Amino acid sequence: MIRVMIPSQLTAYTGGETRIEAMGATVDAVLDDVDRQFPGLKFRVVDEQDRVRKHMRLFVGMDETRDIRTALRAGDELLIFGALSGG
Amino acid sequence: MSEAAGAGRPGVGGPHDPSCPTSRGHPEGGAWIYRSDDGRSGWRAQGPIFLGTIVNHLVLDPRDGTTLLMAASTGHLGPTIFRSTDGGETWAEAAQPPAFPKGDAHGRAVNHTFWLEPGHADEPGVWWAATSPPALFRSADGGATWEGVSGLNDHPKIMDWLPPDGGTPDGAIVAGICIDPRDARHMYLATCSAGVLETTDQGETWRPLNRNVEASFLPDPYPEYGQDAHQIALAPSNPDRIWQQNHCGIYRLDRPSEEWERIGNAMPREVGDIGFSIVPHARCADTAWVFPMDGTDVWPRVSPGGKPAVYRTRDGGGSWERQDRGFPAEQGWFTVKRQAFCGDAADPMGLYLGTTGGEIWMSGDEGGSWRQIAAHLPEIYSVVAAPVR
Repeated sequence: MIRVMIPSQLTAYTGGETRIEAMGATVDAVLDDVDRQFPGLKFRVVDEQDRVRKHMRLFVGMDETRDIRTALRAGDELLIFGALSGG
Repeated sequence: MSEAAGAGRPGVGGPHDPSCPTSRGHPEGGAWIYRSDDGRSGWRAQGPIFLGTIVNHLVLDPRDGTTLLMAASTGHLGPTIFRSTDGGETWAEAAQPPAFPKGDAHGRAVNHTFWLEPGHADEPGVWWAATSPPALFRSADGGATWEGVSGLNDHPKIMDWLPPDGGTPDGAIVAGICIDPRDARHMYLATCSAGVLETTDQGETWRPLNRNVEASFLPDPYPEYGQDAHQIALAPSNPDRIWQQNHCGIYRLDRPSEEWERIGNAMPREVGDIGFSIVPHARCADTAWVFPMDGTDVWPRVSPGGKPAVYRTRDGGGSWERQDRGFPAEQGWFTVKRQAFCGDAADPMGLYLGTTGGEIWMSGDEGGSWRQIAAHLPEIYSVVAAPVR
């Protein structure tokens, strides 16, 4: 089981939940499971060519990854952040 | 209001109480619907809808008078389509938004949907979506699922016509879709780097339609393709007449001719004929409006001289008259984007424009006078008027 942190930009999909759980051995598989639970969420984070969208950041624990093939182990935490500044 | 977007489309009926679903912009956008129940005198706002969302287009289906489709994205999240069947009270997300096939030969991914077009009147449930990077998508189920139009998206010349990194500051786009009301197979696209493209087989094959249209920014100023068509519109009362506001001027084409005429040459020299939008009259094929902008030197993109005005032709572009009553007489630096100027189908026809400064202006007398009906909105990307059903 992977714990997944959901940023405010995506809580409309999760009914306000910021911490959910999902299954999978890779970031991609976990996001697929998240998408099964909350349809439409994955496409807002990863484009159709499997690229993490420009202003989204993914961390496995403390380590950032932009490769959704990154492996995960039971007990890992996948953190999703929206990262866009300006003003 | 309300629910009928695309005022001026043939076949749209109902009382003449137009609404202005407006939308906009990055990053603090959203959508608003303004309804008038008293002949366009008073307006009440519904919104914000999806506050913070970039809404490039919000369009009501004139075939059922109830379905609204919204092209949405945010600064962070990928693009999607939302659908409402209750006047914008509740929304459902498309199960399969416009997206290129995984492994697309050019590595393209949809950044945003720019334009939504209801399909032909004989094809209920069909919608078309134009995107950035430039591509065309089709839905056959009212916007729930979308598929790419391979005849364009995989055309052998697509990277010459519509490279993903060509064109406009917010990303290269297919900027508009027109469907011949007499023939669902006959369509035109306005594009940022191939000018106007035409299909007569509903998107299986395409060809440029740009003869005599200038591209002053290219070595050959009159190429087969390469032009930047900001907006095109078919005259509702004569679909053989196409109006075009191009990056380089105002044009008109009367089919079957393929030779565009630069009708912007009749505009006052000090104003010029640069702009984003062109609005045809709902009933008179000789009448159309433009909102000129300053296209000199660095392209300030604001009203020439700080004096906002629309210009109307009533003779097919042979002459133009200034209409500025009600607008600021000076220091009015309006920028009106290509989707933010529209008309309704009432008589007299109403006109609506939204500014990047967050104001909506309307005229209830075909441009004779203007008044501000909303202010303090975020930057406005688009305004669509629709009659009540």
